[in-house]
Amino acid sequence: MSEQPTARAEGAAVPAEDAAGTKPLLQIAELRIDYRAQGRSWSPAVRGVSLHVDPGETVALVGESGSGKTTLVQGSLGLLPASARVSGGSISYSGVDVTGWRDARMARVRGNYVGFIPQDPNTSLNPVKKIGQQVIEAVAFNERTAASSQEHIDAALESLRTAGLANAERVFHQYPHELSGGMKQRALIAIALAGKPKIIVADEPTSALDVTVQRVILDHLETLRTELGIGILLITHDLGVALDRADRIAVMQRGEIVEHGPVRELIANPSSDYTRRLLAAAPSRHQGRLAPSPGLQPRTPGEGIVVRAEQLRKQYTLRSAGGRSLVNALDGVDLVVRAGTTHAIVGESGAGKSTLASIIAGFATADSGTAWVGERETTSLSHRELREVRRDLQFVFQNPYTSLDPRFTVAKLIAEPLRAFRVATGRAELMTRVRELLRAVALDDSYLQRTTAQLSGGQRQRIAIARALALNPRVIVLDEAVSALDVSVQAQILQLLVDLQTELGLSYVFVTHDLGVVRMIADDVTVMRDGGIVEHGTVQDVFLSPQSDYTRALLGAIPGTRFATV
Amino acid sequence: MLHYAALKIGRALFVIWAAFTITFLLLFVLPAEPVDLLFDPAELNTIPEDVRAQVAANYGFDKPLLLQYLDRLGHAAVGDFGTSVQSGRPVTQALLEVLPSTLILSVGALLLAVVIGFAIALLATATRRPWLRNLLESLPSAAVSVPVFMFGIVLLQVFSFGLGWFPSFGDGGWQSLVLPLVTLAIPVSGPIAQLLVRSFTGEMGAGYVVTSFAKGATRGQVIVGDVFRNASLPALTIAGITFGNLIAGSVITETVFARPGVGRLTQGAINTLDIPVVQGIVVFVAASFALINLIVDLIYPLLDPRLRASLAARTS
Repeated sequence: MSEQPTARAEGAAVPAEDAAGTKPLLQIAELRIDYRAQGRSWSPAVRGVSLHVDPGETVALVGESGSGKTTLVQGSLGLLPASARVSGGSISYSGVDVTGWRDARMARVRGNYVGFIPQDPNTSLNPVKKIGQQVIEAVAFNERTAASSQEHIDAALESLRTAGLANAERVFHQYPHELSGGMKQRALIAIALAGKPKIIVADEPTSALDVTVQRVILDHLETLRTELGIGILLITHDLGVALDRADRIAVMQRGEIVEHGPVRELIANPSSDYTRRLLAAAPSRHQGRLAPSPGLQPRTPGEGIVVRAEQLRKQYTLRSAGGRSLVNALDGVDLVVRAGTTHAIVGESGAGKSTLASIIAGFATADSGTAWVGERETTSLSHRELREVRRDLQFVFQNPYTSLDPRFTVAKLIAEPLRAFRVATGRAELMTRVRELLRAVALDDSYLQRTTAQLSGGQRQRIAIARALALNPRVIVLDEAVSALDVSVQAQILQLLVDLQTELGLSYVFVTHDLGVVRMIADDVTVMRDGGIVEHGTVQDVFLSPQSDYTRALLGAIPGTRFATV
Repeated sequence: MLHYAALKIGRALFVIWAAFTITFLLLFVLPAEPVDLLFDPAELNTIPEDVRAQVAANYGFDKPLLLQYLDRLGHAAVGDFGTSVQSGRPVTQALLEVLPSTLILSVGALLLAVVIGFAIALLATATRRPWLRNLLESLPSAAVSVPVFMFGIVLLQVFSFGLGWFPSFGDGGWQSLVLPLVTLAIPVSGPIAQLLVRSFTGEMGAGYVVTSFAKGATRGQVIVGDVFRNASLPALTIAGITFGNLIAGSVITETVFARPGVGRLTQGAINTLDIPVVQGIVVFVAASFALINLIVDLIYPLLDPRLRASLAARTS
C-alpha cells in the first residue's frame, strides 16, 4: 500500500524548476469548490477565486470564519475532505496545472514544492513520535536522490536550526508534549521547510500562540522569506497581522475575493464595504475607548468600589519530568474595580488572569488573601452565601459554543437564573423579563424558541450576556468573552457591552490576552505575568507611558500597529 | 513507574480476591445446607445422618463461617481449591489438565479477533470508495449479532460436513483448532473492529494527519506511519476486557466442537453441582482476566510517551 519514499524521487512529476523564474509560484484561477449538501445537491464554498503568489512575496488571505479561506487552502494542497469537490477553475504551481491530480501524484507536490504550516501547533504533531523522527520523514519523503540515514538526520537538524530552534539536538530527541507552543510551531516550520519548498502556505500559523510568541514566529517567517527567496501565502482572520506582514492582501468574504491589492493601497483606499468594516473593526486601528451609542439614557453608577482583592495567593503543584514543582498561579495579587467602570486584566497564557477571575467569582478558592464583592467577603463564604453573591456578580465565559446547553432553547437559557433564584414567579412574568433581556442584547422575540445550534457565535455570546444580566448584577466578569469571535462580531459585542454599561451602570472585570481590545473597552488595566502584577493603572497611562519592559513588549507585539496611524 | 505497577498489581489481586469471596458467599454460605449439595439429589434421603455429619466435617461445614472462609482462602492462595466431589481428584489438577487446550483456543481467538478488527479498520480507512467503507463498517455489528453456537454450526456444516476440509470435533492437530478458533474469534472481533474503525476515523481527522499529508506522505504512509499507533491504543483496553467474553464463549465453542477444555469442565461441574470445581474455575477465570488486563495496563506506558512522562513525574 505504501510506496517507498526513495522510489518516488525518480521521475517525480514535480513542477519544472526552470519555469519557476517566469511563472507565479502558485496561481489559482477562477477556482470553485463545492461541498455536498443534502441529497445530490452541492453548496459552493469557494466561488471563482483567483490569486497568485510570486517568489519572495508574502500574500495575505484575510477572511472571517466561514469565508472559505481554509477550503481554498485545502483545495490548493489537494487535501479537500471527501465531501468536497473542485467544480471549476485551476490550481497551478510554477505553471504546472495540478487541478484534479490523483492523491499519489499530489503527494509529490506537497512538501516538495509547497510547504504547509498548520493552525494549531498543539494538535499538529504526532504525539507518540519524537520531533526528530517527524522531521526526518519530511526530509525522506521529499529527497531527490536516496540518502543515508545519517544524511537524513543531518538534514533534519539543519531544518530545525533554520526554523529557529537553537538547541536543535535536544529538540530532536523530545516528544511534542515536552515542548512549548512556540517551539512546536517552530518544529512544524522545520517540517514545512524540510522538503525545500518554493512556497509556504501558512494557515493561521500564530492564532493559537501568545502575542509575543506570535511576533517572534512571524518575524522568523519574514526572515526565511528573504533568505530563502520563497513565497508565502499567509491565511489569517487578523487584519492586523496581514497589514503588518504582507506585501499584498486579498480579502475573502462568502467564498469570493472582495478586495485585492497592495497593503498601502488597501488601507488608503479600500474599495469594498466589507474591507472598510474590517478595517474599522480591527482593535489595533481603533483610537481610544468606544463611545456609547447615541440616544442612550446613562444611569449614574454608585460611587465607590465594587470588587476588591488583596494579596490573593494560589499555588498549583505541577508534575513534570523534572519532578514536582510549585507554580505560583497567583503571587500576592491586588485588584480594585471602581463602580461603573471596566477593569481589564491582561496577560499571556499562564499569567494567572483566569485564576484571579475565578477566585473573585468564587469558582476557585485562594490559598490566602481576601476578595470582596461589594461589602461581602467572597473568600470565606459557604456555598449558600456564595450563591447570594452571584446575584451581584455574574460570569460570561470564553467559548459561546460550549458554555450554553445545546438542548435548551434561548428562552430557557435566559430564564434559567431567574428560575434558580426564584426571581420571577409565574410564567407571564418570567417571559416578560426574558423578552426584556433579549431586547437588551439587541435580539428580537423570534429567537426565543431557537436552540443554540441555530445561532451564530456572536448571537450565542449575546445570549450568554443576556443570561448574565438576568439577575440585575452589579458586576460581570468576562473571561476572554470576545476572543473566539470574528473581529466584526467582536466589535459589535464590545459596543453592546459599552452600551449596557452606560444604561445599567454595570462594572466589568474583563479578562483578555488582547491589548487591542483593552483599549476599546477598559478604563483601568492590570497587566499580569507569571502570577504577579507587572503594571496597573488607567488605560491612558499604561498605553501611553508603560513603565515595565514587559508591557512595552506586549504593546509592541499587537499586530497591525505598524500601520495604525496611517 | 513502580508506583503505577504496584497500583495495577494491587488492583488485579483485589479482583481475584473479590471473585473468591463472592463465589464463597454464593456457593457455601447462601445454600441452607451446603453439605446436601455434595450428594446426588436422588439419594439424598437415603444418606445416613452420621455419614452426612462426617462429610460435613471433612469439608469443614461444621466450623464457624469466618473460619471456613479463612481456611479456604488460605488454601486457595497456594492454589488448593479442595477436591472435586465427582471425581475425587484435586480441583487444581483437573483444571491444569484441560488448561493448555483452552489457553491455546482463547489466546489464539483473541489474536485472530484483533487481526480481523485491524483488517476491517485499516481497509475501511484506506478505501476511498464510500460503498466499500459502508460495507466494512457494517461487518462488526453483524459479527456481534450472530450467536456463537449458530456460527459454529454453520461453519461445521460448510467446512467440515460439506467440504470436509477440517475435522468436526476433537483436538488432534492444528486442523481441529481452525473451526473453533474462527467460531470464537468472529463475535469477539465485532466490538474490537467497531472501536478501531471509530478511532481510525477520528485519528484520520487529527491535525498531525494534515501535517503528514503536507509533508508529502501518501495515504498509505499516513495510515501506517501516523494513524496506526495512535488509533490502536484504545483497542488495547477493549481487547483486555473482551477476554472475559472469550472464556464465556469457549464454554459454548468447546461444547459444539466436543473439545476438552475449561469450558467443558465448567459445563460438567455446573451440571453435577461440583461446587469446589465451580469455585476453582471462577477464581481461575477472574485471575486470567485480571492478568490480561494487568498486562494491557503495563504495556500502555510503553506505547504512549505522554503517559510515560506523567508516570515518571509522579514517582520522582
